[in-house]
Amino acid sequence: MEAPTFVSHILQTFEGRVRNDGAGIDMHCLTVTLDHLVDLCRFLKEDPLLQFNFLSDLCGVDHHPEEDRYEVVYHLFSIPLQHRLRLKCRLKDTAEDIAPALPTVTGVWRTANWHERETYDMYGIVFSDHPNLQRIYMWDGFEGFPMRKDFPVRGYKDIYNPFGPEKSGE
Amino acid sequence: MTEITILKDKEKGRLGSQEILLNLGPQHPSTHGVLQLVLELDGEIVERVSPNIGYLHRGTEKLAETFTYTQIIPLTDRLDYVCPPTSNQAFVLGVEKLLDIEAPERAQYIRVMMSELARISGHLLIVGALPMDLGAMTTLLYTMREREMIMDIMEMISGARMHTSFCRVGGVREDLPEGAIKRILEFCEILPNRLIDYERLIAKNRIFLSRTQNVGVVGPEDAVDIGLSGPNLRASGVDWDIRRDCPYEIYDRLDFNVILRENGDCYDRWMCRVDEMRESVRMILQCIEQMPDGKFQVDIPTIAFPVDKDLLSHSMETHIHHFELSAYGFKVPKGEVYVPIEAPKGELGFYMISDGTEKPTRFKVRAPSFVNLQALETGTTNMKYLADVVAMLGSLDPVIAEVDK
Repeated sequence: MEAPTFVSHILQTFEGRVRNDGAGIDMHCLTVTLDHLVDLCRFLKEDPLLQFNFLSDLCGVDHHPEEDRYEVVYHLFSIPLQHRLRLKCRLKDTAEDIAPALPTVTGVWRTANWHERETYDMYGIVFSDHPNLQRIYMWDGFEGFPMRKDFPVRGYKDIYNPFGPEKSGE
Repeated sequence: MTEITILKDKEKGRLGSQEILLNLGPQHPSTHGVLQLVLELDGEIVERVSPNIGYLHRGTEKLAETFTYTQIIPLTDRLDYVCPPTSNQAFVLGVEKLLDIEAPERAQYIRVMMSELARISGHLLIVGALPMDLGAMTTLLYTMREREMIMDIMEMISGARMHTSFCRVGGVREDLPEGAIKRILEFCEILPNRLIDYERLIAKNRIFLSRTQNVGVVGPEDAVDIGLSGPNLRASGVDWDIRRDCPYEIYDRLDFNVILRENGDCYDRWMCRVDEMRESVRMILQCIEQMPDGKFQVDIPTIAFPVDKDLLSHSMETHIHHFELSAYGFKVPKGEVYVPIEAPKGELGFYMISDGTEKPTRFKVRAPSFVNLQALETGTTNMKYLADVVAMLGSLDPVIAEVDK
């Protein structure tokens, strides 16, 4: 796929802060660090040449056992201009029990609210300044984050799952 | 069970000034599944709605990471169980993009035809269920009669009434059986008249109008901001349909109108679906007219099972491919893909990351019902009374299995 014309416009405005990740087979992809994430998102939404007013999807990805394992992927769409863009933000590894954090984009697209809650629920990625960051699918007392690659598919050993693996460190 | 908790007395002594917390669901007929709504009520006025989802969470995404691509197809059926062929189609389109192959024309026509049939079946359900939520039982009984005809057609084509799993990567499972086209044509002849009946029955009913018109209004900016898609978005006047604007498969060869309404209230969302069914009937007829003869599956032995089953007992090579495909699945090149399609509920897409093996490393469902349901939260609509919540929820048409994934 050829790079759409708007990509150079973004790269020029955010010189050095946004990296071109090349064309995917379905849409173009950009990488951004978390310091510039919200600025970039607001620019993408409000610039008349871009008008990405529709956040299609937001999800977490776990690249375990690679370094900097977590990544958040945004799929943007512009209803007036009919173009799509994928935005990626890789999170630096932190100490074992502190979950990595990145700024919320609920201020830019309100639809991000539930998506970010889902990402937190499944991966333990914290979105700072989120209006209501609670678990969405799992119940409140649930321990662990089920979509992480080191979480067993059938869950840890408990009374309902006697043959599951033991939780490490216990 | 509906449980009531009294929060506090606002002003002591005044009648009807108590603030109460009401749990609507998770077992309640008007929630279309297991959805819990926690409502803060002041008398009959709703002050806050907090949807509580997850009662039906099955971990589809986690499971898919351990399945081969062919094994995932039945999982996608269980997302939107009212119209599974569209979910199948969205998934196989994504995998085909990763593999850089395209299904033969006949297969594409069959898929589109089945998706449109599924769209009708999904819309029929909600067109009947919304009036039922508001107290008019009759419509649902009639729409279920027509839905049964679609079920019969699905059973004839795929062998299953609901979970068809008919799409395959690189085509469809089988060719259309003899007589299927005749049945579909019969259905297409019957349905438009029945749609007129529904409209006569309910569209000008005074109770229905007063319960739905100017209730749950979502403005166009709000609708886009909250991420609504599909009929819910078009009812608010935003002109966007993936089938027309970024056509996939053979939609660019079909002639159809995109149904637009202006007000964005519950009534418009309902009417939008009624009119969309008419367009779907037109599309199905065009599909039947244009459908070419030929293969229904790609001719790549490492991806698709052999069409001629006799070859299995004659050709050693076919036998080996068949064994490898059954036992291990096929490898998909490294890469990532997100292919959205216009499902009956809105934009449905699967974001898949492949690491070059037979199983995806990440499988994310962009479920339209999940996003649409956010419109129920406070501040988006002009919902005021408890009765409006039921109308709003019904008109958003969420399928809880898809919300909870």
